[in-house]
Amino acid sequence: MRLWLALQQWWRGDAVLLWTDALLLLLLMALGAAYLYVRRDEPLRRCWRRVLANAPAMASAVVLSVYVLIALLDSLHFRPLQAAAEDGGRYEAGVLSVLDVALAPVRTHTERSYSRPMDIWALEMTTVTGPDGLSRQEYQRLQYGGSHLVDPAQRGADLLAASARALGPAAVTVLLTWAPISWLLARRRGLSWRTVAFGVPAGSGAVPWRTIMVALFVLLSLVGLCAELGPRYHLLGTDKVGNDVLFQSLKGVRTSVIIGTLTTLLTLPLAIVFGVAAGYFRGTVDDAVQYLYTTLDSIPDVLLIAAMVLVMQAYMAGHAESFSSVQQRADLRLVLLCAVLGITRWTGLCRLLRGETLKLREHDYVQAAQALGAGHLRILGRQILPNVMHLVLITLVMQFSGLVLAEAVLSYIGIGVDPGMHSWGNMINGARLELAREPAVWWSLAAALAFMLLLVLAANLFADAVRDAFDPRAKRGLEGVAR
Amino acid sequence: MTAYIIRRCLYAVPILIGVNLVTFWLFFFVNTPDDMARLALGAKHVTPEMVTSWKQQHGYDRPPFFNATARGTGKLTETLFYRKSLRLFVLDFGSSDGGRDIGHDVGQRMGPSLAIAVPTLLIALVVEVGIALLIVMFRASYIDLFALVTCIVLMSISLLFYVIGGQYLIGKVWRLAPISGFGYGVDAWRFAALPVFIGIIGGMGAGVRVYRAYFLEEEGRDFVRTARAKGLTDGAVLFRHVLGNAMIPVLTGLVVVLPSLFLGSLIMESFFGVPGLGSYTIEAIQNQDFAIVRAMVFLGSVLYVLGLLLTDISYTLVDPRVRLG
Repeated sequence: MRLWLALQQWWRGDAVLLWTDALLLLLLMALGAAYLYVRRDEPLRRCWRRVLANAPAMASAVVLSVYVLIALLDSLHFRPLQAAAEDGGRYEAGVLSVLDVALAPVRTHTERSYSRPMDIWALEMTTVTGPDGLSRQEYQRLQYGGSHLVDPAQRGADLLAASARALGPAAVTVLLTWAPISWLLARRRGLSWRTVAFGVPAGSGAVPWRTIMVALFVLLSLVGLCAELGPRYHLLGTDKVGNDVLFQSLKGVRTSVIIGTLTTLLTLPLAIVFGVAAGYFRGTVDDAVQYLYTTLDSIPDVLLIAAMVLVMQAYMAGHAESFSSVQQRADLRLVLLCAVLGITRWTGLCRLLRGETLKLREHDYVQAAQALGAGHLRILGRQILPNVMHLVLITLVMQFSGLVLAEAVLSYIGIGVDPGMHSWGNMINGARLELAREPAVWWSLAAALAFMLLLVLAANLFADAVRDAFDPRAKRGLEGVAR
Repeated sequence: MTAYIIRRCLYAVPILIGVNLVTFWLFFFVNTPDDMARLALGAKHVTPEMVTSWKQQHGYDRPPFFNATARGTGKLTETLFYRKSLRLFVLDFGSSDGGRDIGHDVGQRMGPSLAIAVPTLLIALVVEVGIALLIVMFRASYIDLFALVTCIVLMSISLLFYVIGGQYLIGKVWRLAPISGFGYGVDAWRFAALPVFIGIIGGMGAGVRVYRAYFLEEEGRDFVRTARAKGLTDGAVLFRHVLGNAMIPVLTGLVVVLPSLFLGSLIMESFFGVPGLGSYTIEAIQNQDFAIVRAMVFLGSVLYVLGLLLTDISYTLVDPRVRLG
């Protein structure tokens, strides 16, 4: 509901396209084009069907699509109209995203300092001056977390009731999704709707629908829980300055998704052009390309990234006047970070493409095309490129998880995303001394790490399935067990 | 054999020159000495005179490639490229922007880095190979599946989690080891234990998975089937035939990283307060000391190229086909 309002606001407000938004949009369009291409191509469809039949991969796909959806909502930026400033009369200067607006209560309910997840009391005592003029230490109720409760003892019952309210809609949504899907399936297979709707969840059929629906249910329940409890409690607690941890974690999603995808994408043209050219033309071109990537490879990754980020920082510090807002600067820094990370990672793909092209160019159909007088560009575009695309796809999905993990580490070292940007790395960095204090504050760390773990795990499982399906030389992993 | 090694050594030269040029371009053209000076002096109220004097102090006041004002060979040697970049080839790192002698610092900090990195590498190798062998013994069973899933989960957890969680549990709650710091001599192992342990756990998922793949590849070969067919026990086959042959990729993979051990691990060292080269680099990054970062980039490349060289040489030892080629 709130989401719908937020989307309307975005539609009416004047939209702002940050660099990363534009690139993400481009990525989506590329995905759409790829989908249309795959639909027409039978061998590719067969490969994807193998991915579709893989239960862990499909559960991961559900998780990944939720993350991507959050990232997309967070990428629809706009300048809110004055009238639309509904969050307690406080006018937000600058650019907001649809996600920001949808999460407005969570975002703006700022406490004074730390509080435990779902607690209604502050973590530490504050000094208050009583009516008798004496000051004493006491635990205070939170300003927002559970402020609707009159009696603190009601908290448990209230939490339980809210959780129950969250599960209902989730179950209904899953059933409502399953109905049209099963209907379509039934029509395609020529079976009755009843057989499909009740038979497939029992475990028949090629695509693991049961797994998908269970995963969907679990995720929807979590979303429902956030929607139900988020505005009234601090579901994951608050940090040192009282900001909601759940909100920060959700904002970190976009940063991670962008780093995971754009990094490979930005340097993809480089890898493809150089790799394919080296393999196809051989000779001097090959020598030059090989020299280029061996040189880049020989510089240790972290050091090259550090060097480039330092240089980038110095450059941006020297040209501060060319950025109109802090957000724009952080955004550009994110794009540059992706480019920098990409420069250290494209060499692997380039090597693979070169090797594959070297093999392909000796194939009969390439020789035939050459004999028929096809030009180099035509051969590269029609014969070579389509046959190396599986390597590109595998690299794209395999690198995703590593990049998400790398973001956290780089932000910790201080050469990652802008310190003002929401990211899990920055959260971990800010919270790393909190375990040592008394009482220990674990929720910021735990939230960032849990969000990251779920994304990376899903990405890893999905990537393994894609690799197994597309790489003819892939190691037989789970198949031995299945037999 | 000798000719092969010499040829390999010669291959390394253009690569190092390339690295040198890349770093020079990055640190002197993309980011000019003027920018560096302004950054070092603070962003506000910097006069051109202050910039010039800072550059003079740190030796950045020469032209990049060709000095027309100098005489004789000075035209080429009195330049930034010669002074700041080419000198790196003889491992003369010059002094940092903070004024310290980098070469001396590097020499001092190599020891602690090695004290953490070498035990981590060796113990991790033994543990990972052992576990991978065990998994291969139970290949195509639910134990295999379970181990594989565990590996993927372990891989998906950020190293930061292992470090922070390990420090909290082992260091703070159980008080088994000091949380951070470094000692010399007999004391060293007490401080090294925790980072080494966490380093091993952190790399375990990926390591076991890779070694399992190596072993499974050997497992599928004809000679293994022959060994089984002639009645050898499972253990004998695994240890003699599978492990023996799979050790070639395992060991050569190890040789590449050997020289780079000197550099240490950035994260482990900074978290555990080890005064090694990793934390040295981190400090330099955080203080924006370009001279140190530049030196470390070059040193890192030299060590990596050295690793490649050692790999090539070790191939000639384990695989006779390379010697002939």
